[in-house]
Amino acid sequence: MDPEGFQSPIESTSAHPIIEPGYTLGTVTDKISSIVLGRGTSKGWLFGFAIAFSLLMLLNFTVGYLLVKGVGIWGINIPVGWGFAIVNFVWWIGIGHAGTLISAILLLLRQQWRTSINRFAEAMTLFAVACAGMFPLLHMGRPWLFFWLMPYPNPMWLWPQFRSPLVWDVFAVSTYATVSLLFWFVGLVPDLATLRDRAQNRAAKIIYGILAMGWRGSAVHWSRYETASILLAGLATPLVVSVHTVVSFDFSVAQVAGWHTTIFPPYFVAGAIYSGFAMVMTLAIPIRKFYNLEDFITMRHLGNMAKVMLATGLIVAYGYMMETFMAFYSGNPFDRFLIINRMISGPYRYFYWMLIACNIVIPQIMWSRKVRNNVAILFVVSLIVNVGMWLERFVIVVISLHRDFLPSSWGMYYPTRWDWATYVGTIGLFLTLLFLFIRFLPVISIYEMRSLVEETDEEKPKK
Amino acid sequence: MQIFHHSTNTISRVSIYGAAFILALLGGVLYAIELSPIYTRVNEAREQPVPFSHKHHAGELGIDCRYCHTTVEKSSFAGIPPTQTCMTCHSQIWTKAPMLEPVRASYRDDKSIAWTRVNALPDFVYFDHSIHISKGVGCTTCHGQVAEMPLTWKANTLYMDWCLECHRDPAKYVRPKSEVFDPGYVTPANQLELGARLVKEYKIHSLTNCSTCHR
Repeated sequence: MDPEGFQSPIESTSAHPIIEPGYTLGTVTDKISSIVLGRGTSKGWLFGFAIAFSLLMLLNFTVGYLLVKGVGIWGINIPVGWGFAIVNFVWWIGIGHAGTLISAILLLLRQQWRTSINRFAEAMTLFAVACAGMFPLLHMGRPWLFFWLMPYPNPMWLWPQFRSPLVWDVFAVSTYATVSLLFWFVGLVPDLATLRDRAQNRAAKIIYGILAMGWRGSAVHWSRYETASILLAGLATPLVVSVHTVVSFDFSVAQVAGWHTTIFPPYFVAGAIYSGFAMVMTLAIPIRKFYNLEDFITMRHLGNMAKVMLATGLIVAYGYMMETFMAFYSGNPFDRFLIINRMISGPYRYFYWMLIACNIVIPQIMWSRKVRNNVAILFVVSLIVNVGMWLERFVIVVISLHRDFLPSSWGMYYPTRWDWATYVGTIGLFLTLLFLFIRFLPVISIYEMRSLVEETDEEKPKK
Repeated sequence: MQIFHHSTNTISRVSIYGAAFILALLGGVLYAIELSPIYTRVNEAREQPVPFSHKHHAGELGIDCRYCHTTVEKSSFAGIPPTQTCMTCHSQIWTKAPMLEPVRASYRDDKSIAWTRVNALPDFVYFDHSIHISKGVGCTTCHGQVAEMPLTWKANTLYMDWCLECHRDPAKYVRPKSEVFDPGYVTPANQLELGARLVKEYKIHSLTNCSTCHR
């Protein structure tokens, strides 16, 4: 993967290696491919899959009921027209950003520690985008007309309203989904070929064979492959920044107090990466435990992710500070009212302080090296950050809307059981896809780990 | 053992490159169907309970449109004539014609004839006949050569692009108010010039705001 074998001095002095010693090219391949081919379907997997799948069925049921009844089954109403649907949309799409950052930016920056987490981080991106994409479509009320959002020749002579950020969203998210899928699939091809060659039963050989697209591992294949991955990484890199920037425009282009802020794009992007790394951590810790991958996903990875979370978390904290500061500095009475209502006097103030606790206060314990070496605490902190980032979107969407400019238009938002069911249902969809992914595809990139073994071997003096 | 024949390489290449074209073709076919009479029913003479001929009544006999469609100048709806309107003549002429039995039955039993609607707009479109009439849009501009239809058919798709074609540039279609009800009106050679003058004279605005029609 990395011919120059660039190593930063910090990496070589770090306490934990990015791959535990003692692995050869063969044992790495054995270990990762056996998760798919050797283990079979374990009871633990079936148990987890059953739970995830039943939540997916809950999603099917709620979406079915929604299509029959309309969005009136949700708690949304004027003035809060954007309830859980938009909160969850932003939450899910934000989570995806870590995968793209790991696979694209860290690839271009030649950060080797990305190797063992990039595959499932990319898968996570893809599944998170799938969950995210559902919400705006369902929120439209008539999801079967979603294609009206696309510019295509039609007998209505209508184009989408290109001045609306909601249309930019369509392009941002669909580009994101396409590039993520391509990137993920291209990355999988050599590993699919490995699985094809190692598979014992005929059906597996045929399926992996078709997916491997005739990969034979020739020098020409590898050379083209390198070019393609670098190109795709180049394409995906701006998406890390652009997608959530456009999502933030959904809010900041509007005049609603609490939304109309220029700090939104950078602070949304930082928040997206923050929540994404939290989710990668939430997934990585159980996966490495259940599949005995502690040698590949080492404490070094978890420590690095914790540091990224600290950095992005502080950017987010700066965003919160600036929002508050600007409300008073601008002298705008509506902005000032919003902040006072959000922090002190409003009915949702507890949510704001919970958000501050989850996103700003609690994660600071990761400054301690002891905490960064404690898997259980890291897992809990990552869950807390996931909750915190969800609360952030709730605060932005609901608190900004529930007090309209005129007191006569004030209202409250109470999510209904259908709101909750849809949200929990998409978690079911996400987990179902993730379980299928773990069962049928290599969770860690086999060939990249092989090249990592080679490089780390070269560094050491010959035994 | 080799599972895949070596022709698989070719097949996969063709199918990957071909997928783009197949999808484009599929979209094109769907679009063509949407525009074709199969879906729009343009130019399809529709069965009616009584084979009423606009060609005979409006063309050969020269009965004015408003004799039957009485509210066209005053209301959004042009009006479907009640059986009494038919009987103003058919109580005197063709009183024994078997073809007209449903009309006499309707009159006897005081039950409306259930005509099949030919030109229908969806409910989410606000459309008003009277404003079009009073601004110089002729009947035949939208309804086609009604005076030549033995059984009535839809002359235009009534799709939004068709509405907008005139709403964006009415000068192409507007005629003098005196000619609005003339079924045999022929567009003059200097239509654009005449149209531009009439648009100014009748104070026609090209109304393309969404809420003009979708209220």
